[in-house]
Amino acid sequence: MIRLTVNGQAHELDVPSYRTLLDCLRYDLGLTGSKEGCGVGVCGACTVLLDGKMISSCIALAVFADGREVTTVEGLAEDERLHPVQQAFMDAGGFQCGICTPGQVVAAKALLDAIPHPSEAEIKEWMLGNLCRCTGYYKIVESIQAAAGQARA
Amino acid sequence: MIAFDYRAPRSLDETLAILQEYGDEARVIAGGTALVTMMRQRLAQPACVVSVRGVAGLGRIEATNGSIRIGALVTHREAECSPLIQERLPVLAETFRRVGTIRIRHMATVGGALAHADPNQDPPVTLMALDAGVEVQRAGGGRELPVAEFFRDYYESALEPGELVTAVTVPLLPAATGASYVKFLPRTADDYATVAVAATVTLEPDGEHCREARIALGSVATTPLRERAAEALLSGARLGERLLKAAGSAAKTAVDPLDDHRGSAAYKREMTAVMVERALTQAWAEARRAARASG
Repeated sequence: MIRLTVNGQAHELDVPSYRTLLDCLRYDLGLTGSKEGCGVGVCGACTVLLDGKMISSCIALAVFADGREVTTVEGLAEDERLHPVQQAFMDAGGFQCGICTPGQVVAAKALLDAIPHPSEAEIKEWMLGNLCRCTGYYKIVESIQAAAGQARA
Repeated sequence: MIAFDYRAPRSLDETLAILQEYGDEARVIAGGTALVTMMRQRLAQPACVVSVRGVAGLGRIEATNGSIRIGALVTHREAECSPLIQERLPVLAETFRRVGTIRIRHMATVGGALAHADPNQDPPVTLMALDAGVEVQRAGGGRELPVAEFFRDYYESALEPGELVTAVTVPLLPAATGASYVKFLPRTADDYATVAVAATVTLEPDGEHCREARIALGSVATTPLRERAAEALLSGARLGERLLKAAGSAAKTAVDPLDDHRGSAAYKREMTAVMVERALTQAWAEARRAARASG
């Protein structure tokens, strides 16, 4: 039995030891925003925050989240209002097919939490592990810069 | 993944008792980046996984007596961002920064990276050049061994069943010493190196001769390597570009790389010479700066 808080909501779950955190989120809790891409921690599609720090949920065990707080893409919007990063990705065209977007958005939120006004180099270093195979990265960087501006206002 | 017993002890004693009980049936998990990936690929199928994540006292970074002691549970990101490590051993903070991505560095631990014994990792190379020691505990005792004697083969360390890495102790650099870590990455910035080299150079008081140099290599053999033949060329010699090139050439005869998508074995051998020369050039420059700074 593990107790974890996901996007502010407390859960008690009976999970097998070999359950990954990603599978727990997707199949036990129905939060299918986080995606499985590579399954080995490289691509970033499964990025979630564990106690505010971004991790790869595909190579984390669900039991790691016992007693801790998980934030997924579903937890970013407040009521109907999108998180500034989400809005910026829409406004600036920071995605095409969308499969990497939940991970991109969660990673970008973590970046702006840590560094509210990042330089372009800081954005690139932080986002290095979130792969996109459609757009290239210019629009993603622009989206994050726009979100940082929005957060400033 | 295959099912396994999961144990999550809270104390070191309890952990060591469980490891003793399970022997080689148990694998320790900390950050999970190595073990979960290997379990997912069925490369590891332990009967018991012992999580040390909740074990108190293994997560500290402290200055002790001319060294920095880094607890096994310190994450790569914590090591990279530690003001103590950044100030006293910037080459080590920089080395941790070169590992994978921030996401992985939030998970992967210093002790886990040693126990995993993957010759492609960055920190063991620099730790070897800095002559760090690995603290190992088992039920009823402990030992410390130099990082240079810790690795035995691919994914194989000197750890015996029942043993746990609890910390790594890294000596500070002596006076008039510079250190460097260089990593050749022809593909992506988060990749393993094609060739990685860490080096230290200590100058004699005359500022021109080398008192001691240490060279460690990553990604070019079944373990990280200490390259003592190249070091011996430098020891006591007057430093100069030609000598550093000769040290690079010596190092390439010591390596035994594999052909893979990061380069052919022949290419990696050539790049070993280039990267050793670059690492030494950088460490030498740092050593001169350190010597000048201390007057």
